[in-house]
Amino acid sequence: MNPLEAYQQNTRREFLTTTASGIGALALGSMLSDDGVLRAEDAVDAPASVQSNRQRPHFEPQAKACISIYMAGAPSQLDLFTPKPKLRELHGQSVPNSILEKARFAFIKPDTATLMGSPRPFRKHGDCGMEFSDWLPHLGSVADDLLMVRSLYSEEFNHHPGQLMMQCGVSRFGMPTMGAWINYGLGSESTNLPGYVVLTAGRGSSGGATLYQSGFLPSSYGGVLFRNQGEPVLNLSNPQGLPPELQRAGLDTLKAANNRRYQEVHDPEIASRIASYELANRMQTAAPELTDISQESQHTQEMYGVGRAEPKKVWRGSLGHLQTYDTFARNCLLARRLVERGVRFVNIIHASWDQHSELDFHLSHNAECVDQPIAALIRDLKQRGMLDSTMVTWASEFGRTPLGENRSGRSANTGRDHHPSAYTMLLAGGGLKGGLTYGSTDEIGWYPEDNPVHINDLHATMLHQFGLDHLKLTYRFQGRDFRLTDVGGNVISDWIARA
Amino acid sequence: MKQRPTAVLCAVLLSFAVTTSSADDSAAQSTLRFASDIQPLFAKHCLQCHGPDKAEGGLRLDEATGALGELDSGQRAIVPGNAAASQLLQRVSSSDPDLQMPPDGDRLSAADTAKLKQWIEEGAEWQQHWAYRPLSRDTVPTVTDNSAVRNPIDSYVVAELDRQQIAPSATADRYTLIRRLHYDLTGLPPTPAEVEAFVQDQSADAWEKLVDRLLASPHFGERWGRHWLDKARYADSDGYEKDNNRPDAWRYRDWVIQSINDDMPFDQFTIEQLAGDMLPGSTPLQKLATAFHRQTLTNTEGGVDREQFRVAAVMDRTETLGTVWMGLSVGCARCHNHKYDQISQREYYQLYAYFNNGDESNSTVPAMTAFDEAGRAERASLLRQLRQRQSHLHQTLEEWLPALKAEHAAASDQPVAFHLPDKMKISGPEGVTFTRQSDGSWLVGGANPERATYTIEVTGDVDKITGLRLEVLPDESLNAQGPGRTKHGNFVLNEVRFFAARQPKWDAGDQQSIVSATASFSQDGWPIRNAFDGNEDAEKNGTGWAVSPQFGKVHTATFGFDRPVESQRNQLQIQLSQQYGSQHTIGRFRVSLVTGRLPGTGLPDEIRQIVAADRISVSQQEALVRWYQQRDPETRRLQQQLQTMQGDTMSVRVISQAGTNRTTNILRRGEFKQPLEEVRADTLAILPPVSARQQDAASDRLDLARWLVSGRNPLPPRVAVNQIWKNLFGTGIVPTMNDFGVRGDAPSHPQLLDHLAVRFIENGWSRKSLIRYIVTSATYRQSSRHRPELAQTDPLNRLLHRQNRFRVEAEIVRDITLAASGLLSSKIGGPSVFPPIPAGVTDLTYNSSFKWNTSGGEDRYRRGMYTYFKRTAPHPNLITFDCPDSNVTSVDRDRSNTPISALVTLNNETFVEAAQAMAQHILTHADHTDDTSRLNYALQRCIVRPPTEADLADFQQLLDRSRAWYSEHADAAGKLVGNRTVAGSSAEENAAWIATLRMMLNLDEFITRE
Repeated sequence: MNPLEAYQQNTRREFLTTTASGIGALALGSMLSDDGVLRAEDAVDAPASVQSNRQRPHFEPQAKACISIYMAGAPSQLDLFTPKPKLRELHGQSVPNSILEKARFAFIKPDTATLMGSPRPFRKHGDCGMEFSDWLPHLGSVADDLLMVRSLYSEEFNHHPGQLMMQCGVSRFGMPTMGAWINYGLGSESTNLPGYVVLTAGRGSSGGATLYQSGFLPSSYGGVLFRNQGEPVLNLSNPQGLPPELQRAGLDTLKAANNRRYQEVHDPEIASRIASYELANRMQTAAPELTDISQESQHTQEMYGVGRAEPKKVWRGSLGHLQTYDTFARNCLLARRLVERGVRFVNIIHASWDQHSELDFHLSHNAECVDQPIAALIRDLKQRGMLDSTMVTWASEFGRTPLGENRSGRSANTGRDHHPSAYTMLLAGGGLKGGLTYGSTDEIGWYPEDNPVHINDLHATMLHQFGLDHLKLTYRFQGRDFRLTDVGGNVISDWIARA
Repeated sequence: MKQRPTAVLCAVLLSFAVTTSSADDSAAQSTLRFASDIQPLFAKHCLQCHGPDKAEGGLRLDEATGALGELDSGQRAIVPGNAAASQLLQRVSSSDPDLQMPPDGDRLSAADTAKLKQWIEEGAEWQQHWAYRPLSRDTVPTVTDNSAVRNPIDSYVVAELDRQQIAPSATADRYTLIRRLHYDLTGLPPTPAEVEAFVQDQSADAWEKLVDRLLASPHFGERWGRHWLDKARYADSDGYEKDNNRPDAWRYRDWVIQSINDDMPFDQFTIEQLAGDMLPGSTPLQKLATAFHRQTLTNTEGGVDREQFRVAAVMDRTETLGTVWMGLSVGCARCHNHKYDQISQREYYQLYAYFNNGDESNSTVPAMTAFDEAGRAERASLLRQLRQRQSHLHQTLEEWLPALKAEHAAASDQPVAFHLPDKMKISGPEGVTFTRQSDGSWLVGGANPERATYTIEVTGDVDKITGLRLEVLPDESLNAQGPGRTKHGNFVLNEVRFFAARQPKWDAGDQQSIVSATASFSQDGWPIRNAFDGNEDAEKNGTGWAVSPQFGKVHTATFGFDRPVESQRNQLQIQLSQQYGSQHTIGRFRVSLVTGRLPGTGLPDEIRQIVAADRISVSQQEALVRWYQQRDPETRRLQQQLQTMQGDTMSVRVISQAGTNRTTNILRRGEFKQPLEEVRADTLAILPPVSARQQDAASDRLDLARWLVSGRNPLPPRVAVNQIWKNLFGTGIVPTMNDFGVRGDAPSHPQLLDHLAVRFIENGWSRKSLIRYIVTSATYRQSSRHRPELAQTDPLNRLLHRQNRFRVEAEIVRDITLAASGLLSSKIGGPSVFPPIPAGVTDLTYNSSFKWNTSGGEDRYRRGMYTYFKRTAPHPNLITFDCPDSNVTSVDRDRSNTPISALVTLNNETFVEAAQAMAQHILTHADHTDDTSRLNYALQRCIVRPPTEADLADFQQLLDRSRAWYSEHADAAGKLVGNRTVAGSSAEENAAWIATLRMMLNLDEFITRE
């Protein structure tokens, strides 16, 4: 058998390969162990530098894939998810000092700040009676499949650190993101596509590439950006004027030459290299097939809102040229197609939710952009029997203040400031309960009242659904066993449909 | 084929079991070694609860006292010589769930328990963790067969191999050797001519000559500079959110390249980067070196708490120091005592305190541009003259020292006094009036221009003026009562200048150096030191002193000179330059002359101590001469020349000591708003103590830097040589580059590590000398061919039975490709460049605000290390090949091998262009006109060695196949060729070559350093 065949025979799950310290044998070892042939950890007491930290599920997983829809900038929970009649009543009044003394603001001047009720009408949806404002009618229509958490909180007050907190469980740089952790824990099931794919719509986020980094995990666990313009994956297309048949011929020459070198020097890394080129070649076919959504029925495309025009009323500077409505709808549909093909983690990033002013205009614009495609995704996954094994999340780094933002130089309060103390997120599928509204905040929405949920708790529960014990999914770096939940995290059993 | 990887692997894995069990056998017979047999068991199973942090039940297994002493229960965990009485052994072997240890997690194996038992029975000898022990100076081991020994390195390696009855690998062939050395020392492939010369060189020192040539290459500094930049977390942007541009960042990068090319000793390299600003008489370049600390991230988000991110940057500096110089994860002690290593939370904040008073500031430095060969020669000549002058000053010390002693004696310790001059003449811009007030101050009125310089001439009768005091005063007539003339009362004082001359005709030569300043209050970001940093140009973000929001109050600033001014014979002139614009000028002020000793003026404390001493040690003399150079006219002239050839000046981000001392507190769980008790700057108790320059004072950042490289602290030299070793072997003698603590791997060759560390220090911390020593060893020159027969005994090559074989780094993948194609620019240094980047990458930055203007001309083909590094959108070609993200320090890169990286070298614009250019080069080469000759030449440009028949046949086949296809697809051929046409070759022929050469550039052998 040649090295490639040997390699292929022994790796089904691992699309991206890596080596620790350039030592191929161990990398191959971790791949073999994936298939249960042999686990490096069982066989050897390997030194720390090359210890194969790969994990298997710690118990039977309920979720296999995750679609994380990330709304960077901090959408206002008060205008979308949590009706606060009392806040409306107190509109225009100042806040008790007891609250202000402890609070921190980016732009609000506490001396003259006043409460701002939401003018939005709220309505109960579904059998469960989950409440949404009138800006989210489609999400309301799948309410019975959603879990709404109204008592989420974070410690980070600024966007980029907050985004790192949500993605990495700790707001420091250099840490792995959730998608990297889950791929590290479970590997990918796709042979032709990466295990962690990132899709974006509209403008860039504060965190940029740090929101899908692998941190100290091997870089092959990092997110691979699929693009909205040009080729779906960077460098996917052959050079202009080079046909697939010559690509193949070239790869055959390359394989033969690399093979000869392998015979000469016996370095198993060469086998990995040959395999990487072969997989790259397969991806050249698989990725365009994936992104070709013309294969989907007219009905499906319409359900997601593919081809929707951007609303005519476009605010200056709102980047209407990026065609966010259409792109976001496509991304939701692509996410389903990615999961169907065995991709473990899809991160859909959409950034423009930082409404310090003109909140009504911008938030309604954004809500309309994402409402229909996300509802369609939930419905579509359910129709296809994929929702039970696919977790969908809708979240941001923090929420927005019950106070109006009275930035100096402005005549009226038209926006809200950053508010990490209490905000709202949605989850669906992956073995979580549908139709559940979890946790509550006080009557003006300042602090959680019942069942506060820290981001570490959220991550612990998510990992649990993937069959991973957040205390055991660790990686040794600089002598410490790091985990996604840092030093916190409790699994919230109330969220889990089947115990 | 001989061996399937699967089989290799199974053999590898099984071999571990074999090795382990054989180790157990020997363990039963011989005395155990604490460091390798016992301590790792504690680290793995016990320290989390019985370590520096928790010490549950009164038991600490990280140090002898806590391990051997009495427990809370009154019992003892370890009774030396008596295993039966040792609670530790009872607990780890108990099957009672209430008693057994560890209570959960992995239990100790029977073999491990047996080891513990034996160790206790044998007396429980406790040893300090290897990394903290002093460097050992063992004698070089003798080996039975000296044939494989070229220098002592080989003796250490062969001795270990002997023990396992393994012969070292043969020396690699010359083709492999020259390519290896080129990749390692310069990161560039040798040219075919260089290969030929080396292969033909029959002289005994052919290798040494090659080594010396490459060590002297200006590209050496690029290659090894990039290694250092990983540690420095160097990038061209701020990091957080808006991730703003840092247009001056490259200047520090160039300092690193130059310093390494100059073989700046590693101790100096360390001191200048950590505390160059605090060296007596520090030069602009020494200040520039502290830009190391400015590679931390900056957050300019709206509404950030500046203190929060200042604290975060100080923590990063603290933790970077720990990782880069000591291999310790001090960051683990930020929130609590370290779980495993002997680093307490208090000690974390002691280290933090060294950096807590280092403030972010700007400094003006020469904007060195890349030098051509003539420039390099001139610079080398100036540097040589400077060195000669320095040794001259050493030799003539006796001649100039008495004057210093006299100055010291005369200057000592008069109390500070302030004198209001009687005779003053003041002038300013046209229309501005100055009215003398009864308190001696001036009230400014009349015209209110955008900018102003006030010039005050003084005829003094005060002797020995040591400084100048400026009081800015409130006044009812000013907006917001002043002291400034803006609407809101602020001002910006950009520069204070003080001149003393015999005649009232002052020029630059008469200017007195201001060396220190204090202010009663400074606006955040506008500290008083800005008023004498030489930077007043509003166009270039001139810096200054300002006082918002403390309006309507008196503020005092006192400036100290480097030496006293004899005013009785002099005419004095004071200039207050206020160039900020929008009427940021002073409305009422008073100037006084200062006598007596101001803190921080006159001779620096360190120099005073030396001058006052009866005897001067060698190291003191070193420091004295280094400081005295700034007073030596000849040295100043040479430095001036050097500066002139280094072009214009530019402002760079650096660190300097804060004017006011912050106290440092332990922060509860690292929260900046939750201070606990106060701590003083100090180092780790586990290491030799730091000594402060000033007796009775706390040590400072400069003392810390000197402590690291004093030679007494064993960690920095061990860590430094391990890093150098890793760059020459792919992995360190200590494989866990970032962890020399108890959870890291022990060194494979501890005596060799110490031998290298000792030698490094003894050779004046010269990196070039150490690298030369290593690469001239036989160990380095071994073949990297894997030896399947050793897959069982030494699967990871920890014993160095061969060289290692590994893929080159991200930047080098680009460099060697461009070099093979002939496109690579050899230009060194200068602002970062923007090679082609796929469309859309930079759209994903904050607000899609970043525009990548692709560089043209030579800058399109610069080495990978010059690619502009935007932290939130790094170039994908770099990241795909594991270039670190630069957000935190990196001492060890991944070497991933993924389909995504295959796609880069196959299809990326830069790599396709390289194939096109290579085709142009091959098809127009006069010496190579037929297929075989061309293929042969092209392959040698990539893989250096002569290709085999099979190699040539395969690529000939690909060439033929491509020709056949393109002969029928002329359009496609034109597309592949693009604008890189070749006169005399058809597009079809050209395209066939491009398709063929492209695959050569993808060979595993090409991007692998063998």
